[in-house]
Amino acid sequence: MATIHELHKKLVNKEISAVELTNAVIAHKAKVEPTVHAYLSDSHDRALATAKLVDETIAKGEAISPLAGIPGAIKDNICIKDEPATCASKMLENFIPPYNASVIERLQDNHYVSLGKLNMDEFAMGGSTENSALAKTTNPWNIDCVPGGSSGGSAAAVSSGSAIWALGSDTGGSIRQPASFCGVVGLKPTYGNVSRYGLIAFASSLDQIGPVTRDVTDAALVLNAISGHDAKDSTSIPGTRVDYTTALVNDVKNLKIGVPKEFFGEGLNSEVRKAIEEAIETYKKLGAEIVEVSLPNSKYALSAYYIIALAEASSNLARYDGVSYGMRVPADNLVEMSTKTRTEGFGPEVQRRILLGTYVLSAGYYDAYYLKALKVRRLIKNEFDEAFSKVDLILTPTAPNTSYKFGEKANDPLAMYLEDICTVPANLAGIPGISIPAGMSSSNLPIGMQLLGPAMGEETLLRAAFTFEQARPDCQLVAPTGEVSL
Amino acid sequence: MKISQEEIKKIALLSRLEVKEEHMAHVEKELSDILTYVAELDALELDGVEPMAHAVPLHNVFREDETKPSLDHDLALSNAPEAEDGYFKVPRVVQE
Amino acid sequence: MSSKYETVVGLEVHTELKTKSKIFCGCTTEFGGDQNTHVCPVCLGLPGAMPVLNKQVVEFAIKVGLALNCEILNFNKFDRKNYYYPDLPKNYQTSQYDLPICLNGHLDIEVNGETKRIGITRIHMEEDAGKLVHSGNTISDSKSSNVDYNRTGVPLLEIVSEPDIRSGAEARAYVEKLRSILQYLEVSDGRMEEGSLRGDCNVSVRLRGTKEFGTRTETKNVNSLTAIQKVVEYEALRQAKLIEAGGKVDQETRTWDDAQGITIGMRKKDEENDYRYFPEPDLVPIVITDEKIEEVRRALPELQDAKIERFVSEYGLSREDATILTVSRKTADFLDATVKAGADAKTVANWMLGDLSKMINESGLTFAESKVSPENLAGMIALIDKGTISGKIAKKVIVSMWESGKDADTIVKEEGLVQITDTGAIEEIVKQVIANNPQPVADFKSGNGKAIGFLVGQVMKESKGRANPGMVNELLQKFLND
Repeated sequence: MATIHELHKKLVNKEISAVELTNAVIAHKAKVEPTVHAYLSDSHDRALATAKLVDETIAKGEAISPLAGIPGAIKDNICIKDEPATCASKMLENFIPPYNASVIERLQDNHYVSLGKLNMDEFAMGGSTENSALAKTTNPWNIDCVPGGSSGGSAAAVSSGSAIWALGSDTGGSIRQPASFCGVVGLKPTYGNVSRYGLIAFASSLDQIGPVTRDVTDAALVLNAISGHDAKDSTSIPGTRVDYTTALVNDVKNLKIGVPKEFFGEGLNSEVRKAIEEAIETYKKLGAEIVEVSLPNSKYALSAYYIIALAEASSNLARYDGVSYGMRVPADNLVEMSTKTRTEGFGPEVQRRILLGTYVLSAGYYDAYYLKALKVRRLIKNEFDEAFSKVDLILTPTAPNTSYKFGEKANDPLAMYLEDICTVPANLAGIPGISIPAGMSSSNLPIGMQLLGPAMGEETLLRAAFTFEQARPDCQLVAPTGEVSL
Repeated sequence: MKISQEEIKKIALLSRLEVKEEHMAHVEKELSDILTYVAELDALELDGVEPMAHAVPLHNVFREDETKPSLDHDLALSNAPEAEDGYFKVPRVVQE
Repeated sequence: MSSKYETVVGLEVHTELKTKSKIFCGCTTEFGGDQNTHVCPVCLGLPGAMPVLNKQVVEFAIKVGLALNCEILNFNKFDRKNYYYPDLPKNYQTSQYDLPICLNGHLDIEVNGETKRIGITRIHMEEDAGKLVHSGNTISDSKSSNVDYNRTGVPLLEIVSEPDIRSGAEARAYVEKLRSILQYLEVSDGRMEEGSLRGDCNVSVRLRGTKEFGTRTETKNVNSLTAIQKVVEYEALRQAKLIEAGGKVDQETRTWDDAQGITIGMRKKDEENDYRYFPEPDLVPIVITDEKIEEVRRALPELQDAKIERFVSEYGLSREDATILTVSRKTADFLDATVKAGADAKTVANWMLGDLSKMINESGLTFAESKVSPENLAGMIALIDKGTISGKIAKKVIVSMWESGKDADTIVKEEGLVQITDTGAIEEIVKQVIANNPQPVADFKSGNGKAIGFLVGQVMKESKGRANPGMVNELLQKFLND
C-alpha cells in the first residue's frame, strides 16, 4: 500500500524521484477518475514544479520533510491562492481566492504537492457528497454507493489512490464518516489545533480541518504539518505542538477505553455492531481496560448540533449576495439581484439550512432554539469532561451504517441528519476524533471505528489507532482500484 | 414544532431567498419535521446551565495595532461580478 | 406648541477610533487612498478570512468608558448583527450586543449656564461599513451604485445616551462635549465633516407633564453640530404638528437633508429589522481585570472641566480665558509646558491669546505644531522680566523666533536688541533729542505735558527701540525740568 511514510523512504533512497512519483499518481488518477470523480479541479503543473524542486533538494543531499513530494489533494473549501475554491457550489464556481489558507502556507513550507481540489457536499453541508452541485463522486469500493460526506472527494481520492493523502474538513463528522465509508483513516483534530484561516466556513464554532490518509502513521505526519498556533485565527490554541509521530507506539496496555452504551442503541446496523464489538475484543486482548461509560445527553447532541450549525451557517453564507465576488444573477435592483443569485446559486440543502438557521435566530425563537442548544452543548461538554476523568479514550462506531446507494436518503433530510449521530458530539465538545477501518460488511463495504479523546489528546488517539492497525491487518484493505503502480 | 408558510416567507425575506409558491407546502413539511425533531430539547431542564458558544475556552486574543500591506488593487477586484473605476458595481439599491 | 410638548432625545454617537490599523485586520485606517486599495481578505469578507481584534481598540474603549464614568465590564464579547446592505461585505456587522464593554455612565453638559447630567446607557465596539457612491444625485434616482470598502472595518465606538436630552441645544452641547472628551483622550480626531464622528438622533415628543414616551424616529448619520441641533428641532416640531393635526408619528428611520433643512423618511419593511444577534464564533471573549481598569484610569489625561478649574485656581486665569485655552488639549498642554519652563501663567496666556495665536492661525497649525516652543516662549518672557528686552521688542523677537526657530536669547544677541540700561548712553540720546526738537521742548515747558510723549518716542526711535522706556522717561523729565 502506497503511504506517505513508505513513499518518503523511496524518495530518500532514490528508488523513485518525486517527479516520477507525481507522474505515476497522475497516471493512476487518469485511470480511476472517470468512475470516481473525486476531483473538481487539477493543479498538475504546480504539482510537477514542486516535485522537481523536491528532486533538486534530494539531489543536493539535503533533508526533505516527510510530506515533501508526496502527491496529495485538498478539499475544495480550503483556499489556495490562484486556484479555484468552489465549495462544490454554483455560487463559487468561478471564485479564485487571492490568498492562501494558513494550512496551505504550512504545507508549502513542507514542499507539499497537490494534484487538485476535491469534491464535497455543497458548502460541506451533507453526508454523502450528493449535495455537490458540480460533480458526483462515487465510493471506490462500490461505485453505486456514496463516498460519504461532506469530505467525500477526500476519502474517495485517498481510497482510490488518486491522492496519497488529502485534507478534509469536519463540522459534524465530515472527515470521519466518509473515511469510514471509504475504508481510510480520517482525523478530526481538537477544535483550535489546526488553523481555520482560509477554510470557507460552514459553522465556525464547529469546523476543523484534518487529514484523510491511508494509515494512522500518515495521519500523524499530515497533522504534524498542518497543526500549530496561528495568529490569524483567534480560536487557535496557543503553544507549540508535539511531534505526533512520537505517539505511534504499538501498545495499549494500561489504557482505559470507555464504551458508551448510548452509541450502541437501536438504529445501529448489526454488522457495524459486530465489527465494533470485535474491535473492543481486540483491544482487550492487547491489554487495554474496557470500561462502560455513560453519556446520557449525547442523544440530544444531534438536535443541539443542527441548531448551532445552521444558525452559524445562515450568517456565514449571507456574504454570497452577488455584490463583490461569486455568482451574480443580474437584476434591476439590489434586493432582487441578491435574492435571485442566492436562490439560483445555492442548492436545495444549503437553502434549507439557511432558512432553518435564520429561523432559530429570529426574534422570538432565539431562546427556544439557539440559546437552548448552547446550553445542551455545555451539558455534553461537561459529560465528556467527566467521562475523560475516568477513561483515556472513548470508542464508538463512526456511523450507524455503512455506505448506501445513491439517492437512498437524498429525499429525506432528517434521515440524512440522523446518520451524523455518532460524530457530532465531538464537534460540539471540541474534542478530537479519529475514524479507522474496522472491518468489512457482507456486501463488501468498509466499516469504521471512531476513537474520541479529550481536548488536545490526539496523541492517545493516534497511539490506540496505531496499535489497532498493527494488530488487525485484516482491516487494512485497499479498494479494488486503489493500488498505485509505481 | 410546525412552521407556518407566513413564517417561511418572513425568513426567506431575511435570508434573501425565494421560496416558490409551488414548493411552499413541501418546504413547510421538511422544515417542520426537522423543527419537531429538535424540539426534543424542550424535555431538558436547562435552568442555570451556562450557554457554550465556543468549543475552546480562550479569551483576550489580540493583535497589535500595526498596519500590514493591503491586497493589490487588481487582486481585490479580481472576483468582482461587475466593477467600474475601481469600485464594485451594484444595481440600484432602492427598490421601486 | 413648544410649551405644550416636551422634546425627548436619545443620541447614538458613532466615533471612528484613531488606530493605525482596522479593528480586525492590518489594513490602514488612513483617509483618502484610491477606492478599494485599503482592503484585504478580512475586511472584504472573503470566504475563509477571519478577524483578529486590534488590542488598541479595547484600550481606547476602556479610556472612553472611564472618561464617561461608565462601568467597564470584566467580561464582554462580540456578536454578529445580521442584515443585508452592500456596504457590509459579510452582510453582518461584528458588534457587541448583550455584553458591551461599557455600561451606565454619564456626562455633564452646560446649557445656558446650567449644568445637566446626561446618562450614558452603553458604549460598544464595532466595525464601520464601506461607502456607496450613487450614479445619480440621490440613492433613489440612481440606476446603479459603486462600492468602496476602504472604510470597512475601521474601528468604531457607539456611545448610546439615555433619553435625557430635551432640546436641540442640549443635543448639540452633548455632542460637542463628547467630541472634546474624545479629542482629549486622543482616541478620535472628531472630524464630523469627514464622518469620523456622527450621530443618530432618536427624537420623540410628549405632552408636557406626561411620563410615557412618544413614538420616536431615528435620523441617521447626522454629521455636524449644527445639523444635530436642527434635526432635533425639526423633528420635534414636525412630530408636534403631526399630533396636533390628529395624526400619529411612525416609528421609522429618517435621513437629514442638509440643503433643504428637513428630515426625510426612509421606510423599511418591518421584517428587515430582525438582526438575529448571536455570539461571534470567530472571536473569543474579552476579559478585563480590575487591575487593567485601574491602570488605564491612572493614565487618563486631565479632561477639559478639570483643566479649567485648575487654570482658574492655580494660574489665576479668568474662566473665560481658561475655557478658550482648554478647548483643545494641545493648547492647554502648551500653556502647562510654558509655565513648567518657568514663565508666569497669566503672561503666557496673554501671549497665547495674542501674538502667538495670530501666527498659529495664519499658518493653519495647532499649538502642538507651534514653531515657537513652550521653552522658547518661556525664555522670551524671562528676558522681558529681567529687563533685557522691552515688551515692544518682544513682539519683534517672537516673530523672529517663529521664522527662525531660534530661542529668544540668540535672536536678541544676533539682532542687537538688548535693552539699553546704561544711563550715560541714554543721556547722550536724550540730550541730542532735546537739542533737535526745540518746539516740543518749548511746548512742554509752557505746560503741555503731553509733548513729552513725542520726545520719548524720538528717543526710542533713535535707540532703535532698545532704550529702557522707564529710564528714558525719567531722564527726559530730569533734563527738561532743569
